[in-house]
Amino acid sequence: MKSVSLIVVCLCMLAAFSVVSAGIGRYPVSPAAILSWMATGRSVDANVPFILLNIRLPRLIAAITAGGALALSGAAYQGLFRNPMVSPDILGVSSGSGFGAALGILLSLPVAGVQIMSFTGGITAVLVAMAVSRSIGRGHDSVLVLVLSGIVISSLFGALLSMLKYVADPLDKLPAITYWLMGSLADIRMSELSIVIPLVITGAVPLMLISWRLNVLSFGEDEARSLGLNTGLMRGVVIVCATLVSASIISLSGIIGWVGLVVPHIARFVAGPNHRILFPVSFLFGAMFLLVVDTLARSAASVEIPIGIITAVAGAPFFIYVMKKSSMKSW
Amino acid sequence: MVNGDGILLEMKGAGLGYNGRAIVDNVDFTIRSGEIVCLLGQNGVGKTTLFKTLLGFIRPVYGKVTIDGKELSRFSPGELARLVSWVPQSHSTPFSYAVRDVVMFGRTVHLGMFAAPGRKDRIVAERCLELLDIGHLAGRPFTELSGGERQMVIIARALAQEARFMILDEPASNLDYGNQVRVIRKIKELGSLSIGIFMATHHPDHAFMAASRVAVLDSGRLCHVGPPEEILTSETLKEIYGVEVQVFDTPFRESGTRKVCAPLVV
Repeated sequence: MKSVSLIVVCLCMLAAFSVVSAGIGRYPVSPAAILSWMATGRSVDANVPFILLNIRLPRLIAAITAGGALALSGAAYQGLFRNPMVSPDILGVSSGSGFGAALGILLSLPVAGVQIMSFTGGITAVLVAMAVSRSIGRGHDSVLVLVLSGIVISSLFGALLSMLKYVADPLDKLPAITYWLMGSLADIRMSELSIVIPLVITGAVPLMLISWRLNVLSFGEDEARSLGLNTGLMRGVVIVCATLVSASIISLSGIIGWVGLVVPHIARFVAGPNHRILFPVSFLFGAMFLLVVDTLARSAASVEIPIGIITAVAGAPFFIYVMKKSSMKSW
Repeated sequence: MVNGDGILLEMKGAGLGYNGRAIVDNVDFTIRSGEIVCLLGQNGVGKTTLFKTLLGFIRPVYGKVTIDGKELSRFSPGELARLVSWVPQSHSTPFSYAVRDVVMFGRTVHLGMFAAPGRKDRIVAERCLELLDIGHLAGRPFTELSGGERQMVIIARALAQEARFMILDEPASNLDYGNQVRVIRKIKELGSLSIGIFMATHHPDHAFMAASRVAVLDSGRLCHVGPPEEILTSETLKEIYGVEVQVFDTPFRESGTRKVCAPLVV
């Protein structure tokens, strides 16, 4: 029951982080004041409930959902490709989403339109990559073909995105596209979250259900098949679900790199490679990580820092540290 | 279907190969559960192709491969995995699963789509580890084991699958002498569990030690099938490997004799 207690510890830590994070900002609220408000429903300072519920809470939920979803999606992709260096955008979900969002911004669509375009773009890129690898098809190492197709589709959408940026109005549209690509959790509304969270759950539940079978895939497709796994079906389910999870978050937050690559690593280092435990722990670690990063993003400077910049700046050295640490053991 | 004693794995006039081109022709061959058959032949002669066909990874180019009379292509991956298990030549995983977990992968086929192994599966896994004398490795990470230990763990995994046939692709290659003997000894014990064992090897001595029959794959055909003592003579070994080998009878355990090979070097 070591794994259960690990998950309980993570949940407690996430709760503590949430309370502290909720208090940090332009209008500081002490954790004690938050807890007493939560316990009694009353607050000495009449502003506190308004700030917490309307400003801090949506952002808190957004950070937890986004961090958890990206980390879960990364853990699923790493398991599927049997490679700890894989990130969720290996099949092109990020560049597809980026292209979709840029197109939406260029067409002056409202925020919801941009989000839908981004979601559609991300899903489309991955489906195209899957279709390409299928058409190249049998007799080849299917995982290798899939990765290569992903790289091709990814750079194709990257090129299309560059084209859109090139033709975009440099005073108005181009900054909007650039800012979107850097990622941000500012201005996310409860109403948006109420659409995205069910989508994330729709992807996460099947992943959790087949998590043990994903372990079996770690020895390679042929061995998994000889052990009775329907590897084609497994691959399809994992890709579709992990992409649904990441694309729905990206459509809301823009591109937030590193979380999907680094966090599953750290989770694997702590929880071991069994996906049944690794998935929930990755989700919780990702949620904590992005919560801390987003708190920094909105409070470290007088202007909001794009969150993608902080994840990379904080992620890179941390990743090197974990690699150094974990190379003494195995992955 | 699988309950009767001695079910048959049959190849009838089968051509084996890739993309419609057979590299092994007209294979007629039967294995019964409970016997140990060694497959000998040069590198690249098609041993792995034969195994891939039996595992359902590739279909025969022509002819039939059946288990208990039913064609292999008509089994689902799950059904087939309940009949045939596989010990591949090399095994690697990037993630450091515990040995106990690796053996439990063999239970996949007995689990529901969304289930994880339970207490019963854990007991089966422990028993398989004990059977191969590696119970003490249960908690160790698979990636940190030696080659011989890994081989034993993968055999335990195949055993936990509880299939009627086990295919082993050169299980003793890359092992030191002691581990080779240990692996062959364990394989011989498995034969008595009424599992049909089909194993490729490059050592005729392994066949003398463990096999009830040998099959020789040479120049695109399965020729010479029979008891090792009859098939593996100096002449056939010269024919297969192109080198001079003498085969001797040596006194063995007071009661009988066993054949051994001695290649001529000078």
